Amino acid sequence: MSNPLVDMEKPDVIFCIGTNMTECHPVAATRLKKAIAKGAKLIVADPRRIELAEMADVYLPLRVGSDVALLLGMAHVIGRECLVNRDFIEQRTEESEAFLEHVKQFTPEWAESICGVPAKDIEQAAIWYAQAERGAIYYTLGITEHICGVDNVQSLSNLALMTGNIGREGTGINPMRGQNNIQGAGDSGALPNNYPGFQPVDDPKAQAKFEKAYGRPMSPEKGITKVTALDRCGEQIRAMLICGENTLVSDPDRKHCEHAMKALDHIVVLDIFMTETAELADVVLPATAFAETDGVCVNTERRVQRLRAAVPPPGDAKPDWWILSQLGKRMGAPGFEFTSAKEVFNELCSLSPIYAGIDWDLIEHGEYHWPIPEPGHPGTPMLHEKEFPRGRGLFKLVEYRDPAETISEKFPVWLTTGRRLQAYHTRTQTGRSSGIDYLLSEESLEVNPADVEAWGLQDGGWAKLSGTKGSVNIRVKSTMRSPRGTVFCSFSFADVPVNILTGAGYDPVTQTAELKVCPVRVEAV
Amino acid sequence: MATIENSTQTLTLTMNGTEVTFSPGETLYEVAQRHVDRDVPTLCYDERLEAFGACRLCVVEVEGIRNPVASCTTKATAGMVVKTHTDGLEAHRRTLLEMVASENREIDVDPLSGYASQEMKTLVDRYEARTGRFQGKQSGKSRPDDPNPFIKRDYDLCISCYRCVRVCAEQEGDYAISVANRGFETQITTEFGGFLKDSACTFCGQCIQTCPTGALADHKALRSKDVPGEVKKTRTICPYCGVGCSVDLMSKGDKLVGVLPAMDGPANLGALCIKGQFAYDFVQHSERLSTPLVRGDDGVLRPASWDEALDRAAQGFKDAAANHGEDSIYAIASGRAPNEAAYLTQKFIRATFGTSQVDNCSRA
Repeated sequence: MSNPLVDMEKPDVIFCIGTNMTECHPVAATRLKKAIAKGAKLIVADPRRIELAEMADVYLPLRVGSDVALLLGMAHVIGRECLVNRDFIEQRTEESEAFLEHVKQFTPEWAESICGVPAKDIEQAAIWYAQAERGAIYYTLGITEHICGVDNVQSLSNLALMTGNIGREGTGINPMRGQNNIQGAGDSGALPNNYPGFQPVDDPKAQAKFEKAYGRPMSPEKGITKVTALDRCGEQIRAMLICGENTLVSDPDRKHCEHAMKALDHIVVLDIFMTETAELADVVLPATAFAETDGVCVNTERRVQRLRAAVPPPGDAKPDWWILSQLGKRMGAPGFEFTSAKEVFNELCSLSPIYAGIDWDLIEHGEYHWPIPEPGHPGTPMLHEKEFPRGRGLFKLVEYRDPAETISEKFPVWLTTGRRLQAYHTRTQTGRSSGIDYLLSEESLEVNPADVEAWGLQDGGWAKLSGTKGSVNIRVKSTMRSPRGTVFCSFSFADVPVNILTGAGYDPVTQTAELKVCPVRVEAV
Repeated sequence: MATIENSTQTLTLTMNGTEVTFSPGETLYEVAQRHVDRDVPTLCYDERLEAFGACRLCVVEVEGIRNPVASCTTKATAGMVVKTHTDGLEAHRRTLLEMVASENREIDVDPLSGYASQEMKTLVDRYEARTGRFQGKQSGKSRPDDPNPFIKRDYDLCISCYRCVRVCAEQEGDYAISVANRGFETQITTEFGGFLKDSACTFCGQCIQTCPTGALADHKALRSKDVPGEVKKTRTICPYCGVGCSVDLMSKGDKLVGVLPAMDGPANLGALCIKGQFAYDFVQHSERLSTPLVRGDDGVLRPASWDEALDRAAQGFKDAAANHGEDSIYAIASGRAPNEAAYLTQKFIRATFGTSQVDNCSRA
């Protein structure tokens, strides 16, 4: 997030797009609800009539995968109505002339023809956002899990730049991160293109730094992404170390994943449960869990916080840092003589410019948001206050592209996937917590009541959901949350492995899978 | 000039004979919290919510005002002369507590009931209000018929402070809890008097954490009521989404028995959702992996010692590097494990093989 969570109570115009926040980040949503109670206007763009949509002042029910068209239409209106923030553009951005010229062709009527949102609502949303004193954008995977995920984010960035809704209290571009430490995993350097602290592996200075720290030559080549690695299993890739991920179930295109894993010579899995992925491993190493682990995690607002152990782990389970240190030592590599999580974290801080001003003891109460560039620095709750990482904010000339697969005569319905309040990911945790079943015991396909009738389905009956890669059976739930022609389910339940169907394409830059769009056929069973 | 002087002037009032400062907009209760040694007692107050002025325990005497005023709803003004603990006020508080206590079947509720569940008991003890002087009517009927596994609805213990109603509306924006009737007929309820599951309730648990009597209580934690030992609290961060809510884990001995929201947690300020509040017992589930496993010659995973498992794990990576090159080994770090895990996963690849064949689970 560019702005801290506390800022969620401060905007006068809130633009939520591709975020089902009341279910996926409920505590953050309570803060937005407070802003709304104080009179903030709420704009919600989502293909589904989610709870946030019910609260919205203007709801933009766009067709799945058409975000760029909607956002170009909004940019057009802001330009046309002369609501551009001239001062901000002149002082903080570049390529604005080309951008404003570029969006002249994308009228709201053009946008309507692609995304299905009435032109007048696109105009209203654009005008409110542009006229806001403090306009804030919030998004989640509904923006990023598309073949055009980067284009989507850049379209949002263009809107913030043209209106100056960034770098100030209560504004910003705010992705809500989905996992407790997904931010920290990237911060810590588990990325093929970056050393810890986002230092590029192809930067000779960074390379020299880590050669010295790790006592061996470093390849200046970027690694490959996980998606590419799975494609190359059995060829370039022969052995994998998988720490706490149920790759087989959570990744798109399950058959491909399973085939890839089985082609490996050697798989080592660290986990807390016997997952579907661990079943395929040569060695399974039991790790400590939440409530048993001392450590550090980083939340969606870049806040660095301490985890503390309350109870002992079961049997012989060990902390991840211990297991990985032992493994490093047995490979004969130097620098794995750690005796505590604290030592590991402090080494990370010593090598990472974004953590340079903190250590284990300083983060006891969790006040720091990174970057903390030097000792004594108070941290950075708000990014981009005076300048952007590259200096001036750059407008990008984005164009609309269709999803990887679009509906056809054979597969005439859009499927979009997501999460539910009571379940988390593949339910390895919530599925083993008592009582959750009382509220959510099985998955169901959300279908518009008119479609239930038109397709010969029964509310509570069963349907077969088929795509180009296979099919799954699922119970039908008739609900107005789904618009006509679009259905929804989560990927949480093992008996409805919907990721058999998904994953036709990937964003060319990030290689994030298009999990949010999949053409299907729905038939009564 | 006069305006400038006013705006820089320090605002003061006299509280229990001492001159104290305050900021514009503060209530007398807030001022007293900072300046008075002994607590001003309350039962309907939750600092996250709008003051309600229902319990009348926080009343104070203000010079020039005939009757005592509720300090939680009275704004401080410059020059006020306030007394917070006169004999008269303390006697009034004791009588009120005797009356409130007379309504409830049980005062000594288990601390596992919720964050604020000991407030009533603490005050009744402090004011020695278990006199049985009043044997009046009782308000609130319990709902033992509600089969939900999380929120116990024991309204026999309800004192109509409305904290649950207000936290659900003001803090959560859910409006799942409402009130029917008035006076002794007052009943905290849901829409159409049904089960919570059929209401707007999201089971975030905020009502059980603000309830000062244990009328709304943590059903799940109370299952460990008879586990021996004191409740130990450990501050950590919720394991689910990226908001990073602070929680206080409750344990008895080696058993994890429940979760309390951390009211001073910087990301959540006391709020939680159903997952953070109630989905914690996967930690001590019988299916947890508790020993290393290696695949035997028969193709079946079997238990092994750490030495054997780690040697076997390392040997497989050495073989891959020797036969197929250092870029043939790939590691995936988790967005669910701590920084130290991700850091050492990448260090394992970079320090051992010199490549960057590592990623985390953020792309899918």
